Amino acid sequence: MTDDKPMNSPYLLQMKEIYKSFGPVTVSAGVTLEVKPGEIHALLGENGAGKSVLMSILCGILKPDSGSIHYKGAPLNIGSPREAIRHGIGMVHQHFMLVPNLTVAENYVLGQGTPLRLINDMKAVHQRITALSDRYGLDVRPDAVIEDLSVGEQQRVEILKVLFHGTDLLILDEPTAVLTPQETDRLLDLMRDLVADGKTVIFISHKLDEVMRVSDQISVMRDFKVVHTTAVTDTNPRELARLMVGRDVLMELPRGSANPGQVVLSVDGLSCRNDLGLPALKGVSFSVKAGEIVGIAGVSGNGQTELSLAISGLLPIDAGKVSLEGKDITGLSPAEINQLSFAHVPEDRHKMGVLLPFTLAENAILHRYNQSPFAKKGLLQRGVTASFARDLIKRFRVKTPDEEEFLANLSGGNQQKLVVARELARDPNFILVSQLTRGIDIGAIEFILQEMLKQRDAGRAILLISTELEELFTVCDRILVMFHGEILGEVPADRSRLEEVGLMMAGQRSAPAAAMEPALT
Amino acid sequence: MLDFITIGFLATLVGAAWRLATPLIFTSIGEVISERAGVLNIGLEGTMLMGAFCGFAATFASGSILLGLGSGIVAGMAFGLIFAFFTITVKANQIVVGAAINLLGMGLTAFLFRTYYVSTGRGVDIAPPIAIPYLSDIPFLGEALFRQNMIVYSTILVTLLAAVLLYRTSFGLTLRAVGDHPKAVDVAGRSVAAYRYGAVLIGTGLAGLGGAFLTLGHSNQFVEGITSGRGFIALAVVVFARWSPTGAFFVSLMFGLFYALQLQLQAQPMLNIPYQVFQALPYVMTVIALVMVGGKNASPRKLGIAYDGR
Repeated sequence: MTDDKPMNSPYLLQMKEIYKSFGPVTVSAGVTLEVKPGEIHALLGENGAGKSVLMSILCGILKPDSGSIHYKGAPLNIGSPREAIRHGIGMVHQHFMLVPNLTVAENYVLGQGTPLRLINDMKAVHQRITALSDRYGLDVRPDAVIEDLSVGEQQRVEILKVLFHGTDLLILDEPTAVLTPQETDRLLDLMRDLVADGKTVIFISHKLDEVMRVSDQISVMRDFKVVHTTAVTDTNPRELARLMVGRDVLMELPRGSANPGQVVLSVDGLSCRNDLGLPALKGVSFSVKAGEIVGIAGVSGNGQTELSLAISGLLPIDAGKVSLEGKDITGLSPAEINQLSFAHVPEDRHKMGVLLPFTLAENAILHRYNQSPFAKKGLLQRGVTASFARDLIKRFRVKTPDEEEFLANLSGGNQQKLVVARELARDPNFILVSQLTRGIDIGAIEFILQEMLKQRDAGRAILLISTELEELFTVCDRILVMFHGEILGEVPADRSRLEEVGLMMAGQRSAPAAAMEPALT
Repeated sequence: MLDFITIGFLATLVGAAWRLATPLIFTSIGEVISERAGVLNIGLEGTMLMGAFCGFAATFASGSILLGLGSGIVAGMAFGLIFAFFTITVKANQIVVGAAINLLGMGLTAFLFRTYYVSTGRGVDIAPPIAIPYLSDIPFLGEALFRQNMIVYSTILVTLLAAVLLYRTSFGLTLRAVGDHPKAVDVAGRSVAAYRYGAVLIGTGLAGLGGAFLTLGHSNQFVEGITSGRGFIALAVVVFARWSPTGAFFVSLMFGLFYALQLQLQAQPMLNIPYQVFQALPYVMTVIALVMVGGKNASPRKLGIAYDGR
């Protein structure tokens, strides 16, 4: 209490010299963060910079090894979630803390009150939720069951939960990752409303544009430390990006105009069902030419997953045709497609791209483990495999001690680099890429996207499926928007068309067909 | 040939069904509570045996049935504490620990019984039937339903209490959340481990009570393996009842009916069918029920998975 700040401290929250490690792995290396009341304070940093860990410490979920937290001028007893809730600190986690089979109201009262008292005032709870929801225009129904709600709705439920608990300091962890541009706009407006209402917001993000748009103060985290804190008016995206990565980042990747050649992949009237047996693709048609990158935009769950599975032979096709270089590949097995000039960087690399408990070298030959030169007479050729893997590691700058490291020990970005390296090493004419940059840091994103552009310029046909518009607009030549299993429209990858893509992602055909014509030519 | 099916036959059948369902009702409702918190305790057979033996021993020594029932509950909870320590605190595999509990229960009760009681050959006085005034005089129904002992009647109370606990209290809400999304409970500032311990202790206490009923309300003796698979059938009841206490009550009654039918049919000399066919009935029905219900459906999402903070 001796180093206690006086009550008139200008800060609402002061976290000082927070250290935390799990065994040999440091996740917080002396972080100091100061937040003033009534501001939107962005915590900006790449994935794995230690943002979420720091906030988990603030919320009492993790206990730091050392350091102090002062909140409202008094030291905060750290390491207890109840203490944080009692002091009005609330967090909206990236992975929602909502129990799927309970209603909204039940989730809100979860863990509150005396355990054995009968719950008989749910009506009052419902009324309070409705009142709060109306006040902030959140459109949350208290009796809705969580598992019936969309991701965007669940997020509003999470935000309202924090408000319901009477929070003064709101922490939002990567809240826009799952939202459409329109939903994102709505969220950023909401943050402004909350601050106007006297709340304070900590906004965790790795998206520079959003941070620039909404924040008052920005603290940049890198390597488990806050490296810089500044007012938004005193900085610019380029400086922030440099601080995040520790060097200059190319915001716009240099690229020449596309030089499309012959059609490589053509998809004609493709229809198929998802794993629940419901129609997922409803007559999708498009083509990808050599030397161009075609993007598929859309909010996740609109048929993109099924599209990539159907093209790569992993999902039965109900109707339609897929051809590769003029050859009909509809209904071929994945093993047969594997033999063609076809590379696939799958959406969920942990499920379909790699085997985490295997080494880098083993992962490098996943498709070809039974082919020469990696196998001879049924025996794996370890020497050949190792030198092949070392080559990939070097060319793609995968950060690893050696090729015998287990893949699980690499960061997401480095795992993805290995997958891309492996797929490109097959020298394919067609490359199918899904959610290429999901869960990886800016440095790796930039490297991989540049690699995609190189492949395009080398005459490869690339289909890039992504929910990240930034990524699509950076490398694509044309963007198709998927909604409810259909392609709603096509726009050239020109940033001025961003709004249009956003509207289509929300299901609105942006413009009458006539107005679309010039865009298509 | 089926003329043995009289009103009297049916009345006896229904009365016996409730009585025979009683140990299943207690045990399966206990397991519903445990599984709702995400803990799959397959050690029910051993836990019931322990309850049956300790209940018998306590009543044998004291002459008090209430003391026997209490001892059965405490014995069940003691096993529950062992199970909870290994599965929740040590985070060992729940199936393995459950199997060990079963072996321990079978071995320990057989050992203690042979050492102390087998030579006495005496039983205890079981809980007497209580005729409920007026209701027991209703023709057919009165005979069937209102001349049971207090333990059988108490199944209704236990069912209602369990339903209120799970669906009407903050404890129950948190407990259901623990089985589905434990991290959400952790973040809300409640201890996942404490709730799981609580659920396991309630569950095993009820299993102990179910076991004690066998020696104090049904047969008057302890016999090695007296539970004859009821602990496993209770697991099937939970799945069939879709993890609901009232569901468990009625599904148990259905199994009770098969037990009763089996006993009654064996006693019919005109049916020229080997009695083993009838004896197999409850077990065959368990298999059929499980195949029919199958799948994951309403199972708590984190059932059988230790909580490690993620």
